[in-house]
Amino acid sequence: MEPQLGLIEQSFHVRYSDGVREALDELGDSFLITDPSISGHPIVFASSAFLKIFGYSKDQVIGKNGRMFQGPKTNRRSVLEIREAIRQEKAIQISLLNYRKDGTPFWMLFHMCPVFAKEDGRVVHFLGVQVPILRKSRVVRNPSKLCEDGTGFLGCCRREVTSDSVMEVGRGLALDYLLNSDDRELEIDQPCEASELEKRKAATAISNILSVLAHYSESEVTGRLVCGKACCLSGMGLGASINISFGRIKQSFVLTDPHLHDMPIVYASDAFLKLTGYARHEVLGRNCRFLSGLDTVSATQFEIAECIRNERPCTVHILNYRKDKTSFWNFLHISPVRNATGKVAYFVGVQISSSCNSQGKQGLSPAMEHLSVVGAVKVAVRSLSIGASTS
Amino acid sequence: MLRIKRVPTVVSNYQKEEAEEGAARQGGGCGRNCLMNCCLPGAKLPLYRFKRLNEVANEKVGLSRENKEPPVPFLESLLLGEWEGRMQRGLFRYDVTACETKVIPGEYGFIAQLNEGRHLKKRPTEFRVDKVLQPFDETKFNFTKVGQEEILFQFEPGDEVQFLPSALIDTENSPSVVAINVSPIEYGHVLLIPQILNCLPQSIDHDSLLLALYMAAEARSPYFRLGYNSLGAFATINHLHFQAYYLAVPFPIEKAPSKKITTTKGGVQISELLKYPVRGLVFEGGNTLKDLSNVVADSCICLQETNIPYNVLISDSGKRIFLFPQCYAEKQALGEVSAELLDTQVNPAVWEISGHMVLKQKKDYEEASEENAWRLLAEVSLSEERFQEVKALIFEAISSSIEEIDSVNPSVLEKPDVTHQALEDVDTLNKGSQRTMVSV
Repeated sequence: MEPQLGLIEQSFHVRYSDGVREALDELGDSFLITDPSISGHPIVFASSAFLKIFGYSKDQVIGKNGRMFQGPKTNRRSVLEIREAIRQEKAIQISLLNYRKDGTPFWMLFHMCPVFAKEDGRVVHFLGVQVPILRKSRVVRNPSKLCEDGTGFLGCCRREVTSDSVMEVGRGLALDYLLNSDDRELEIDQPCEASELEKRKAATAISNILSVLAHYSESEVTGRLVCGKACCLSGMGLGASINISFGRIKQSFVLTDPHLHDMPIVYASDAFLKLTGYARHEVLGRNCRFLSGLDTVSATQFEIAECIRNERPCTVHILNYRKDKTSFWNFLHISPVRNATGKVAYFVGVQISSSCNSQGKQGLSPAMEHLSVVGAVKVAVRSLSIGASTS
Repeated sequence: MLRIKRVPTVVSNYQKEEAEEGAARQGGGCGRNCLMNCCLPGAKLPLYRFKRLNEVANEKVGLSRENKEPPVPFLESLLLGEWEGRMQRGLFRYDVTACETKVIPGEYGFIAQLNEGRHLKKRPTEFRVDKVLQPFDETKFNFTKVGQEEILFQFEPGDEVQFLPSALIDTENSPSVVAINVSPIEYGHVLLIPQILNCLPQSIDHDSLLLALYMAAEARSPYFRLGYNSLGAFATINHLHFQAYYLAVPFPIEKAPSKKITTTKGGVQISELLKYPVRGLVFEGGNTLKDLSNVVADSCICLQETNIPYNVLISDSGKRIFLFPQCYAEKQALGEVSAELLDTQVNPAVWEISGHMVLKQKKDYEEASEENAWRLLAEVSLSEERFQEVKALIFEAISSSIEEIDSVNPSVLEKPDVTHQALEDVDTLNKGSQRTMVSV
């Protein structure tokens, strides 16, 4: 668990300067920030308003995935839409049934938006705002009409639907409503449309949060700018969705691109970094040969090169060296990986160190471990490149 | 008797055309390691045990799972690893990842694949299409005739999750197994064969559907879907099996809106698909996996007993199940399908109906459009009137499971005012309704 928490701390630390958390909390909105580059796409920040509405403490939420707030009556198609938005790195605003810690469900307007790094257009975080939807009645189509009638209202009917000035009061009432109302049961099953006011509130919150993030990323400490739109094309980097897919694979592996000069590494798993002792920025862009050293048998390296040339899989035992110059026997498997065009797009290299004993746990033999990583990578690369041609 | 000619999909390297089935192998060693009595004793395969849930409300796999995104779950590692191993051994007829595939621009994002090798060198054979329930025929190809190398692992329930890399096949209590499909539609395409040694015919029952749901839930990926084709709805082999594969994009059918009809006593929500070329029902929720499974199984059994061909898609890790009755094969047999559509040689089974089209010709692939896909699928669908009749049949069959409160919206059970793009086909409606009155 510890390395995970470390990564979560880093998630904010490398992007934003100190004081960002306090500034975010000052906004008073309910929101979460998640990091797709960390395995499991976990929550890295939860605002106090969020914790209050949902009834969780910070520790119960940080490091978890957002699906923890879904439950049996959450509409599956809505969940699919959110998953798709993440995959396509797009913003989405959708009504969703969420569950609080005590198990009670409630409707909220969920507005999610990717946060891009200006320097390379990569998605560095996802920002999700929650605006509780106040249930006026079963038919929410003409809120103004209902307002005039004054009938069919539940506890919060006193709230003026159209006036901005009472937004504060509205929010307070919203919290009260959620925490106290018993009339909710009957209506949970009915799909719920957010009012214009609620939608605007969500959009405003998003915009405010992005401003804070942008402000705190401009300082020299981190040197990275963030903004709310994709400012430039993501170059060599793989998209957020591939990061999320690859993040699920626990083993040590790298992805190399044969179409770029000297076939550099374009992705390295956390386990690879742990095994070799390098940091991510020290390996991306380099050819794998830096792992070989003095006593590495060149015939093995030649064999690898041959297989790559012929686009065939190969398995070898090769002596490799860590950053600290210690050596280890690398039971290595390399395989070509095709994307949706049907052509070879990458090679995947899976490393099993004989001195590393953590992989035997699952019960798969080392050879099977190799293949399972290859399989998972192939599915991810093929699927995630399928939509590329249409965009 | 209605028949059509089509090229059967080869799902096993041991599946021979009928003409090639020379002298039947009556006992006596067959010389290879199949699953019949000649080779089975002493045979071993990996065994994956999934945890059978206590059927207590709220103890569904989804809620008992920890809240973090699970790492690639073990079942997925096992399945993909074994599959990749078979790939490297050359057991598949072609490399499906070398087949170009794309999402067709449009609202729904139909997925098209250019696969020229799937049905190459195969002669069309005759299939009877007007009988959904047919008895198991030993002389025909069935899965006990496949080589053991095509079986990836046994898939069985247990009290705890367990994996044994090598376990004796229990011939007394026939295991269920997962086998490769040697003509895959996508990476990881497998067949789930419930109780393989019991030689069950292609027809859904409560136990087998529950097994399929368990597999979907155990895989824990919304992109691992299971599908079922009844006879008459393009099942190739009359030996009970489901298909499954991974594709990490949403299927068009999963994006289609639906209109809730009712909730059963077991908490299963039944809805009608809207704005989709094929009419169908969607089942979701349920207090337990078994509740969901039972309602769907009851519905399928109803269709089987009234001789209506159908397909089932299990998606969203077993949380959403789509059921569509269809009539394409019947239309084909009656010569009612246009030559243009027949030319594409697309047999609209569960994957095609869900929005994943495998095209055999480059021309069709390049010209693939949402319109074309829609037009093809509209031919597969029952007409609005016929669908309402079938829906009523199903609801009658499951009436004991439905809550009695007015959660059943009566107007939805009659002809709703739903806009659709399907072609009205009154003639087919008449013929269809005559035929189904004949019980099997």
